[in-house]
Amino acid sequence: MNWTWFPEYAPQLLQGLWLTVQLLVLSMVFGMILAVPVGLVQVTGPKWLGAISKGYCTLMRGTPLLVQLWLLYFGLGSVFAAYPEIRQSSLWPILREGYFYAILAFTLNEAGYGGEIMRGAFLSVPKGELEAARAFGMSPWKVLVRVWLPRAVRNVLPTLAGETVLMLKATPLAATVTVMDVFGVILRVRQNTYLTYEPLITAAIIYMVLTFIVTRAFGHIERQVPIRR
Amino acid sequence: MIPEILTFGDKGFGDELLRGAQFTLFIAASAYIIGIMLGLLGASAKLYGGLVSRGIAAVYTTIVRSVPEVVLILILYFFGTRGINTLLGLVGFGPIEVNGTLAAILVLGVVQGAYHTEVFRAAIQAVPVGQIEAGKAFGMGGLQLFRRVTGPAMLPNAIPGLSNLWLVVIKDTALVAVVGNYELLSTTASAAAFTKRYMLFFLTTGLIYLIITLISSYFIGILERRYRRGQTSLA
Repeated sequence: MNWTWFPEYAPQLLQGLWLTVQLLVLSMVFGMILAVPVGLVQVTGPKWLGAISKGYCTLMRGTPLLVQLWLLYFGLGSVFAAYPEIRQSSLWPILREGYFYAILAFTLNEAGYGGEIMRGAFLSVPKGELEAARAFGMSPWKVLVRVWLPRAVRNVLPTLAGETVLMLKATPLAATVTVMDVFGVILRVRQNTYLTYEPLITAAIIYMVLTFIVTRAFGHIERQVPIRR
Repeated sequence: MIPEILTFGDKGFGDELLRGAQFTLFIAASAYIIGIMLGLLGASAKLYGGLVSRGIAAVYTTIVRSVPEVVLILILYFFGTRGINTLLGLVGFGPIEVNGTLAAILVLGVVQGAYHTEVFRAAIQAVPVGQIEAGKAFGMGGLQLFRRVTGPAMLPNAIPGLSNLWLVVIKDTALVAVVGNYELLSTTASAAAFTKRYMLFFLTTGLIYLIITLISSYFIGILERRYRRGQTSLA
């Protein structure tokens, strides 16, 4: 075992860690924000909208995330690059970064998986509670914000914890589109030092610690809002 | 209607993609079977094993389920290659080039095994203890008990988890593209890079994966209904 490389690359690893955390938090937050309407319209609202949502979930859950990411980065990216208008626009510095496509792909993917979870979550809220809220004269929007959504989210917190761990384990795919997250830095170390195991074991340990932190954090949140069984 | 570049033969990549899809299905199915075997081993270690085997199973499932698949695939890929060559060296053979497909199957199988372990453990625990005790009272033990009582009784509980893992392993085969292979995504990536038609190729491949998962879901539905027959529905 040769660990002499570690001090030299430690600052880069720390930056990579920050990028990994950004990828995880941003795609989970944006993804779940999209997931709420995706799940909701499958439970209530017009049928055609529900059908579209269901199709979207099937599409996202039926294809590998890596294909989605590469389709966006290489496919959409090359389409963008073909238009001089886009290349000269002020958005181009963002649109040519792998980071942007990684967040986009992870967010859209999470919206699919999360939408399915939220569909079940909305269904799990007892009807009586929604009727009670309506009897208090709450508007549909208020019922959603004050009763339906909070109860639904609380019911699926354990599932969301698992989902966050899955997303964390998906973030290293961003390294395949030039993002220097933890895994990207580890790949660079491997390239520069010709070491096989030490960098990969470091990566494994870092991700295990992150998984542990995510599980602990969700456990903490769950205890804040106890549930009566 | 189909663009020429996707047709079969010299001019198109249709046959290459089809072969890639076959490889993907082959890798997925083989890894799935290895995963089931490892899962049964792991579950029995966790449920009936002594301190050592319980510990090994716990470490196995914890590590595999908390480390990203890409990282695991790289670690196991190199570790496995060197391990096989060390073993061959001990019995006096020279180092061999480990077949990429074989490595992919083994690696994905080991990853699947950890998830199968949890599925089987939960399924076996959900079998009423009385049924297993009845089997023991008849003098059955070990494999016979599993084959006649525990196995058939836990299968309906395990089917949803098992079908989910089949869909997972199909999608996980795409990760093997990171170490380079001949499965669907690697083939697509090289075809796309060669022709510069990225959008077309990745869309086609996405569609192929979707067709595979949709057909799988259809058969899973039939399977689930069959194994749930005679049981009261949950809904």
